[in-house]
Amino acid sequence: MQHKRQKTKPKIRWHILVFLAPALIIYTLFMIYPLAGTMELSLFTSQNNKDVFIGLDNFKTLFSDERWAKDFWNALLNNTWFFLIHMLVQNPIGILLAALLSAPALRFKTFYRTSIFIPTILSFVIVGFAWKLILSNLWGIAPSLMDIVGLKSFFQPWLGREATALTTLSLISVWQFVGIPMMLIYAALLSIPDEIIEAAELDGLKGMSQFWKIKLPLILPSIGIISILTFVGNFNAFDLIYTTQGALAGPDFSTDILGTFMFRTFFGFQLQQGDPNMGATIASIMFFIILIGVSAYLFFVQRRLQRYQM
Amino acid sequence: MRLIPLLVSASALALSTVLTSTAFAEDKTITIESWRSDDLEIWQNKIIPAFEAKHPGIKVKFTPSAPTEYNAVLNSKLEAGTAGDIITCRPFDASLTLYEKGHLAEIQDLENMSHFSSVAKSGWSTDDGAKSFCVPMASVIHGYIYNKDAFDALGLSVPKNEAELFAALDKLKADGNYTPMAMGTNDQWEAATMGYHNIAPNYYKGEEGRLALIKGEQKLTDEAWVAPFRQLAKWKDYLGDGFEAQTYSDSQNLFTLGRAALYPAGSWEITGFNKQAEFKMGAFPPPVQKDGDECYISDHTDIGIGMNAKGNNLEAAKTFLNWTGTAEFAELYANALPGFFPLSDHKVNLEDPLAQEFISWRGKCKSTIRPTYQILSRGKPNLENESWNASVNVIKGKETPEEAAKRLQDGLASWYKPQQ
Repeated sequence: MQHKRQKTKPKIRWHILVFLAPALIIYTLFMIYPLAGTMELSLFTSQNNKDVFIGLDNFKTLFSDERWAKDFWNALLNNTWFFLIHMLVQNPIGILLAALLSAPALRFKTFYRTSIFIPTILSFVIVGFAWKLILSNLWGIAPSLMDIVGLKSFFQPWLGREATALTTLSLISVWQFVGIPMMLIYAALLSIPDEIIEAAELDGLKGMSQFWKIKLPLILPSIGIISILTFVGNFNAFDLIYTTQGALAGPDFSTDILGTFMFRTFFGFQLQQGDPNMGATIASIMFFIILIGVSAYLFFVQRRLQRYQM
Repeated sequence: MRLIPLLVSASALALSTVLTSTAFAEDKTITIESWRSDDLEIWQNKIIPAFEAKHPGIKVKFTPSAPTEYNAVLNSKLEAGTAGDIITCRPFDASLTLYEKGHLAEIQDLENMSHFSSVAKSGWSTDDGAKSFCVPMASVIHGYIYNKDAFDALGLSVPKNEAELFAALDKLKADGNYTPMAMGTNDQWEAATMGYHNIAPNYYKGEEGRLALIKGEQKLTDEAWVAPFRQLAKWKDYLGDGFEAQTYSDSQNLFTLGRAALYPAGSWEITGFNKQAEFKMGAFPPPVQKDGDECYISDHTDIGIGMNAKGNNLEAAKTFLNWTGTAEFAELYANALPGFFPLSDHKVNLEDPLAQEFISWRGKCKSTIRPTYQILSRGKPNLENESWNASVNVIKGKETPEEAAKRLQDGLASWYKPQQ
């Protein structure tokens, strides 16, 4: 018996390939191949309409040329600020909303849940345009609303000032996407078994201390996932800035993030000709930043998170 | 794993069927790429029917994309081979690059090209002027459009020199009924295009200064080039509250709703303003420094039209291009789009009074084109794009005129040999 089994060849299990194929083909064709193409593009430069291989020179230019480096660090810094605001405002508010929603005494839960989530499904163009109108001091509703409560003197053309434009845009984006952490945390909170909560109550843990000591540790893995989603989303962001401030990310590049910087370089803008090679270089850097961030998270945070069997 | 070749061949088959079936269509259909989405109606209802009536067998489709995305979209379409047959040409380097890459066909031999002066053709010719690749279609003229009712109510007359301009602005500001000047800095380009490029030719004496800059005989830090920034810096006090966040369309609305008295303009606004504004409008050229100075206007070659060298219907496209050089087209276009002034030597009767006013300046003042467009925006940093930002900073007071000029000069000198 033993002897016989060794002789027959292992059967190729075709069904594995067949089932993997659709995802593999689509992913390779639309993700891996373009990504590799972008990286390849970043190693060339165009001279007399011919592509010339120059190794890592584009990356060197990006980091050492005074003008390129200034634009790049400005974009990276702005992008980091954009991300920080999301982490410090969007996610805590999302958790707070989820905690409120899961409170058993709350009425009209579905209504709140839906209305807070709706902005996430709106297009950036609509969100950007609506907020631009709201904050416009010519026709906007913000100045008159602030006038009613006597705060008119605090109103400023926030989107037009270097000091405030980026923060304002970040908060608009927070407004749009706060529904996502809320939903994820809400789902995590709902999945906590009642027995645990009841046991905690028997032990005298209620209200806030119950949330901090029982619920929060149980939803930590979800918060981790949300942080990483926020990180990836923010460093890939582009649409909101482009629709509200244009490709030059005004005023005076104060809202320029990596996405808009890449777009402007790759496709060119107005009289500036597009430079696909430098654009691809920036795109590659964006990819590496996200790669490093996600890997760091996976290695240092994800593995240390305690998981509880629920 | 035989799936992949199968899929590829299947899609190749499908693609080839699509390609051959369009190639055998009876009428030739040519498509026009353009950034003038505002003109869709005019092309569809006036220009295209006029052409199709004379040229049976050729159908024309006008497919515009958004102005700010046009260059990017067009470049990628041309690279991918999916662009239309007729290409609306941006002036100077954007089109020159397309020609050098072999995307735009040479058209200097078209019969009707003889109706254009070499200045008109300069926007779409090689630097030596030997080869042309787009038929010049129209130019736009800069100046101010004003609310006549507002001026009459305050007893203001059209300012002839700078002192009079600022006196008028002061009066408007003191009166308080109108925002003196409608312009914002949110979108940035207005500050350069309607600001600097509008007023500066009076200082650097039009073509004389522009060509001297290209030759390296003048610098952007010379008084003639810094002085316009000084005037821009004074504009700040006359723009509306919160002008920092005011967009281009905000400014247009502010003026056409009758809430602003003065609008630094390009003539392309005429059509829209005629439709929107319910008050009387007038226009005047940028006032000179002092009475008796020669006046200069920015009469900028703005739109040309060329053909895709790799298009499917070269003959039909050629027929169409040649037609755009005729008197019929010039008359149709100029009257359908008052504010876009024909560049050909055909006699054209303009019906719109505001457009007549603008074009009349060609007789009184010397014409020039925007100084940053020819040759000087070839490198990085791009002079035109930098000038947007510089003009905005000067208006806001974030940079002094001298600082802004120095930054522009340093940027230009960093790559442009004659300025080093």
